[in-house]
Amino acid sequence: MERSQPCVALRDVSLFYRGDDGREVHALEGVSLSIAQGEFVAIAGPSGCGKTTILKLVAGLMPTTRGQVLIDGAPVRGPQKNVGMAFQNPTLLPWRSALENVLLPLEVVAPHRHHFRSRQREYEARAQELLQLVGLDGFANKPPYQLSGGMQQRVSLCRALIHEPEILLLDEPFAALDAFTREELWGVLQSLWLARRCTVILVTHDLREAVFLANTVYVMSKRPGRLVHMTHIDLPRPRTLEQMFHTQFTDYVHEIYNRIGEVRV
Amino acid sequence: MKPNTLLRRAFPPAAAIALFFLAWELGCLAFNVDEFILPRPSVAIAAYFQWQEAIWPNALQTLFTTLVGLGLAIAAGTLIGALIGYSALLYDALYPLLVAFNSIPKAALVPVFVIWFGVGTLPAVLIAFLISFFPIAVNVATGIATVEPELRDVLRSLGASKLDLFAKVGFPRALPYFFASLKVAVTLAFVGSVVAELGASNRGIGNMMVIASSRFDVPLVFAGLIVVALMGIALYAAFAILERRVVAWAYR
Repeated sequence: MERSQPCVALRDVSLFYRGDDGREVHALEGVSLSIAQGEFVAIAGPSGCGKTTILKLVAGLMPTTRGQVLIDGAPVRGPQKNVGMAFQNPTLLPWRSALENVLLPLEVVAPHRHHFRSRQREYEARAQELLQLVGLDGFANKPPYQLSGGMQQRVSLCRALIHEPEILLLDEPFAALDAFTREELWGVLQSLWLARRCTVILVTHDLREAVFLANTVYVMSKRPGRLVHMTHIDLPRPRTLEQMFHTQFTDYVHEIYNRIGEVRV
Repeated sequence: MKPNTLLRRAFPPAAAIALFFLAWELGCLAFNVDEFILPRPSVAIAAYFQWQEAIWPNALQTLFTTLVGLGLAIAAGTLIGALIGYSALLYDALYPLLVAFNSIPKAALVPVFVIWFGVGTLPAVLIAFLISFFPIAVNVATGIATVEPELRDVLRSLGASKLDLFAKVGFPRALPYFFASLKVAVTLAFVGSVVAELGASNRGIGNMMVIASSRFDVPLVFAGLIVVALMGIALYAAFAILERRVVAWAYR
């Protein structure tokens, strides 16, 4: 992949906060990272290492203690509007149908919110198209509780993408799913990314997931979180589940596994 | 709902009420209870039919004060509930005060209101308001304060304002809590109205019961109690039906 002007850059970012017990927690320390436009990055590491914190900093949901987060060269100084987020918990609104859940960002984010009424048809068609892309045609009018966990997570991905954000932030989105559903959704996410080519930051503790999906995998140390390793994944796209059994794939996973083993002790 | 299921749903409560009245009736007969102490329900119901032309204006008066008081409680309770649900600072600041106000026996306020506003409709409305305000405020606050943080992040990362967050998430999410509190509040509001009317009104069921008891017409007192209870059931049922329609998603 060509290396253009970085879309997201973290410059020597640290984050400390005071925990519930009053002690200072060092969540991140001296994290530097630059992500190209349209790149798919995965951040892997032991739990509690501050992976989620990186996403919140990029989304502008919390300020850094030291250092800077830049998006398209401009420092982040508050909640961003061109990002989409999805979490381990699908967090769908139970009073809305799948389609209405997907439409939520368009009711909120500028400039769409101002034409939501006049262009509702067009927006609905757009949401339908996304739902179709993730294999949910025919489920648009179902409420979330009638959807399986995997389906809810698909809806959540559509919601994160409907406003065509430049950056997609994913916080262990498949961690709560069973193995088969999870692998199926890797394929779904890959095709969404191939279709949209937005910049993705995926936080995960599943190394096969990281290698399957990402162009670049970073490994974080345990608290205070630092980036200790970076691997470019040179596998052709679209990647298939079959490839996971090739030595090229398993070598990547093995290498990253060893790195994580080093930082955990 | 099909008529058949409606019948099946309505039967158990109707049977329970009928059994209750039957036990009351038979108990009074068996122990030969004086009508002056506890009239049989059949006597109380007969008193209702005898006095119904006098009862109805009073019942409507009580219904009116209850609904106005409840309406004020809904408006103020939702507003205060939303404020303390959103702001931890306001919650900490106002909660003790709310609890303190709620701990005051409302009946003890009746004479104060009589001094301030005189005898009439206003004290009854105010007591109904005060007694039903607290559960609404607390429940709305709970519904809003327990919005999932991830959901808040999703909306904030879209540039949502506090108002957006309230309209899209906080308010709909608080609705089941709101309706739950409404069902408590409506029965409490009746209590408030009648308590106020007992001492500070020249109209309403409460006032009618005071007059009846001063004439030692105990069956009429009980007829009044039954009318209040029936109005309570009717309003409760109305809110329960509304709840089923508005927040069906919470009862899957």
